[in-house]
Amino acid sequence: MARVTTKPASAGNSREFDLANVALREVNRFLHQDAANEGVAQVRVLNPDGAHSVACGLNAELEVEVDGNVGYYLAGMNKLARVTVNGNAGPGAAENMMSGLVRVRGYASTGAGASAHGGCLVIEGDASLRCGISLKGGDIVVGGSVGSFSAFMAQAGRIVICGDAGDALGDSLYEAVIYIRGDVRSLGADARFEPMTDQDLAAVKELLTTAGFKHAPGEFRRIASAKSLYHWNADANQEY
Amino acid sequence: MCGIVGLLVKNPELRDRLGELMVPMLIGMTDRGPDSAGLAVFSEPVEAPAHKMSLYVPPPPGVDADASSYDWSGMLVELRAGVAHDHHLSSMASHAILTTAADPVAVTAWLREHAPRVHVLSVGTSIDLYKDIGSPASIAQRYSFNTLRGTHLVGHTRMATESAVTPAHAHPFTAGHDFCLVHNGSLSNPHLVRRKLEPLGIHFDTDNDTEAACRFFEWRMREGDDLVSAVHRGFEELDGFYTFLMGTDQQLLIVRDAFSCKPAVVAETDEYVAIASEFRSLAHLPGIRHASVFEPKPQEVYSWRV
Repeated sequence: MARVTTKPASAGNSREFDLANVALREVNRFLHQDAANEGVAQVRVLNPDGAHSVACGLNAELEVEVDGNVGYYLAGMNKLARVTVNGNAGPGAAENMMSGLVRVRGYASTGAGASAHGGCLVIEGDASLRCGISLKGGDIVVGGSVGSFSAFMAQAGRIVICGDAGDALGDSLYEAVIYIRGDVRSLGADARFEPMTDQDLAAVKELLTTAGFKHAPGEFRRIASAKSLYHWNADANQEY
Repeated sequence: MCGIVGLLVKNPELRDRLGELMVPMLIGMTDRGPDSAGLAVFSEPVEAPAHKMSLYVPPPPGVDADASSYDWSGMLVELRAGVAHDHHLSSMASHAILTTAADPVAVTAWLREHAPRVHVLSVGTSIDLYKDIGSPASIAQRYSFNTLRGTHLVGHTRMATESAVTPAHAHPFTAGHDFCLVHNGSLSNPHLVRRKLEPLGIHFDTDNDTEAACRFFEWRMREGDDLVSAVHRGFEELDGFYTFLMGTDQQLLIVRDAFSCKPAVVAETDEYVAIASEFRSLAHLPGIRHASVFEPKPQEVYSWRV
């Protein structure tokens, strides 16, 4: 294991770690424990080079900036922290996030924001398949397009898609709501377009503002559950 | 889980460094595939009518895999007597590359009868193939992967999930001439594919699911499809999860199934195109910061020519 070589960055309460020299485990330990003890609020991470679990499991109001591409599970289970990646993220970015803000300036791979309970995930580029799968209350804003099966079985929360969506968008949705600006290749079972209300326009405006995207909320369409799968239809002519 | 790596150099000056650039890529995928590794490297073709054949002899139990335990020169003497043509052989540990003016079919038949311990790993004019069990780093060292030269290569690190850990079950798989395939994923209907191909006279070496895909694509190409058309037919006939990376003497090709559960990242510059399951195997490449980095979309075929 490499030694911990933290060096103060410009601001007094900030730190910089170079993952070319420091083990990721040391960096995450610092973020989990030492940062609070030492009063550090801002941390910069250099040369992640596709590392897994960067800034995972944080539970403090930290500002973390990562310069480069990261691998699986960026900022997984995040609470309170604001994590920005100046690069692309691998599968499972901000998976099971509880609160805080995770921003990916490049693209995010499969399962971005999966099962997030709270907080906001901003992906400035495209998101791959299964974005927001099983979302449980978090918000996701995607500047580009999302892949197929996004928002599958999403239970609560909001997803704003500024580009297009692949197949089966919102399949088996519960109470989560999707707002999309571009085209949808196909909707999943039980997902349907619904009229935008003033409340929806306000929600989109709020989320676009958080993300820093300039689109007009009026350009978005609402997709929600038709709730036809909520109850068993005994009259349906089905064979099993 | 498995790891895949591929590298095609566009700048001819990088051909001498192909192996050196690739070794960290392969070792970077050790966590995804610690039990076996292999690669196929494509280089300038041998002059017709010659062919190259990559040969392998599993070391007997208890024998150090790094030591040459097989009498390659004795085999060569007998081969020259048995199949009267020019043959040249260079060997390294359990592995040898035979360059022969004879018909590879005749050589393969001779080997089967007179040197049954020898496995034929690949046949062609450009391809050399290495695969073995052990950690990717130990295999890279055993066969001096860092010295390999050529235009492109296809590599794999294996974590076996559906068939035995043996050199024969390691990837890449080959079929026909100058064609190889590596696979991250698992097929759910390999036996169906096999039952379709075997009555056509197509022989299988193992019970591995990936071999079914490899032989399926090669069969389609013999039936007149180009590789891209063969892959499109595969969407209909191959069921399961896959990222397939394939090499021919002329091209490198990657495709992911419709669900794309198995990852892949491509980094392309003016100098090279590099492919891996994860970015961490690409991070060391020269000029990577300015590369175009993307993930192949499901059921889209991406190919690059030499």
